[in-house]
Amino acid sequence: MTSSVLYDVPGPRAKVRNRVYGVLSTVAILGLIAFIGYKLDSTGQFQAGLWDDYEYADTQQRILDGLLTTLKTFAIAAVLSVVLGTVLAAGRLSDHKPVRWAATTVVEFFRAMPLLIMIFLLYAAVFTSEPMWALVIGLTLYNGSVQAEIFRSGINAVPRGQSEAAYAIGLRKTQVMTGVLVPQAVRSMLPSIISQLVVTLKDTSLGFIILYEELLFVGKAFAQQTPPVNGVYAFIPMVIVFGSIYILLCLALSSVATWVERRTQRSRKGSPPAMPANDPTITGAPGGQTA
Amino acid sequence: MNVLSDNFAMFREGFLGTVELTALSAALALVLGTLIAAFRVSPVPALRIFGTAWVTLLRNTPLVLLFLAVTLGLPALGLKGWDSFWLAVMALGCYTSAFICEAIRSGINTVPVGQAEAARSIGMTFNQTLGQIVLPQAARTAIPPIGSLMIALAKNTAIASGFNVTELGSVQKTLNAASGYDIYVIFLWIAVCYIIITFTISGLFRLLENRLAVAR
Repeated sequence: MTSSVLYDVPGPRAKVRNRVYGVLSTVAILGLIAFIGYKLDSTGQFQAGLWDDYEYADTQQRILDGLLTTLKTFAIAAVLSVVLGTVLAAGRLSDHKPVRWAATTVVEFFRAMPLLIMIFLLYAAVFTSEPMWALVIGLTLYNGSVQAEIFRSGINAVPRGQSEAAYAIGLRKTQVMTGVLVPQAVRSMLPSIISQLVVTLKDTSLGFIILYEELLFVGKAFAQQTPPVNGVYAFIPMVIVFGSIYILLCLALSSVATWVERRTQRSRKGSPPAMPANDPTITGAPGGQTA
Repeated sequence: MNVLSDNFAMFREGFLGTVELTALSAALALVLGTLIAAFRVSPVPALRIFGTAWVTLLRNTPLVLLFLAVTLGLPALGLKGWDSFWLAVMALGCYTSAFICEAIRSGINTVPVGQAEAARSIGMTFNQTLGQIVLPQAARTAIPPIGSLMIALAKNTAIASGFNVTELGSVQKTLNAASGYDIYVIFLWIAVCYIIITFTISGLFRLLENRLAVAR
């Protein structure tokens, strides 16, 4: 708990002062929220007409369809990226120099490329009529490379003695990997792997730019079709509704990561290997973290 | 192969646009991120809650959606007349600030407890302890993760091409539409541009890291 180290347990004067700061900052924050609410209200964003549509079963069906498309894309991309990540990680840990070299080049290249640029290339060059595959393959290449690095650092973080012992009893490299190192690495890296999946989920929204009908695309199309009420278009209600859906989805997935992290820590016997799980260089890349 | 020489002006504009967008958003993200990190460790609960809410909301929103929210939302809040470039800086800066905040906060966790205790024992206030003792050390240990966030930011600027900002992504879009050139060659040159940018950033941060590493 760093926070408690940074300041003393407050005495009477500090308590008063903290309370004053607390009240002032609460007022400032609530004021900001009220200002935003007031402005949105006065520009007519909360008019009933703009929100009515969300009550119709028809609209809900469209949102649901968009959601399913997003989830489907995410599911395929997630599975493929984990598979690709495994292959690339195996390549980077190979004993053969050419294999190692090739895997490293692939990983470094796809990690350095903006995801959108790759998706655009795939869309323009190959999958013009099937934007879903442009999106899925783009996501797979990018996130697979990142997953490969997560797997690799997980395997490298398993204490050396483990593999030495395994070699000493005469196991082959494949056996050492699959029987000893990978199970421990997956366990310690599971939170990072899931965090990267959250990134994959968020990035499915890039499909919006190549006109693929996922959740965000549905939202924008929907806002464009809703007739303006008193000259106000339905874009801000759309951002609020669809933003909430995305945030809930990602939070649900992140909470799985937190849960797994807590569970694996509790059941671990002996001292855990140094886990780079919280290293933002691995988990954090925003969106490719792009987005 | 003459895509580059035929369209050099467009590539130059795009390259400079990406660099400018990255630099300005990075500045905004660093300032905001440090401020929010300070909020998150402060003794005032209201500020802590605000910081947590900021980080949670922004980390779980897709960047494209945030772009939409900023582009459509700010005019509704009465901030009219911003051009799309500054709106993109806002979106990218706010988004990245949430990640910077977390990097700095985990940097704060690596500062030995004794440092803060010593600061308190000579009577420094919270602001002095944080500003003069803890944050400078935290920032130095947070340099590597911040470096990779900056690289991610540079790549994320490509999304601005969907919102009418001139940068490398929009070069790709325009040239694809104008066509006549091999799509893969266009991609290759754009890839080279991005690699120049990301390598420069990672080189810069490696330099900083070597200069400023905390000996512990």
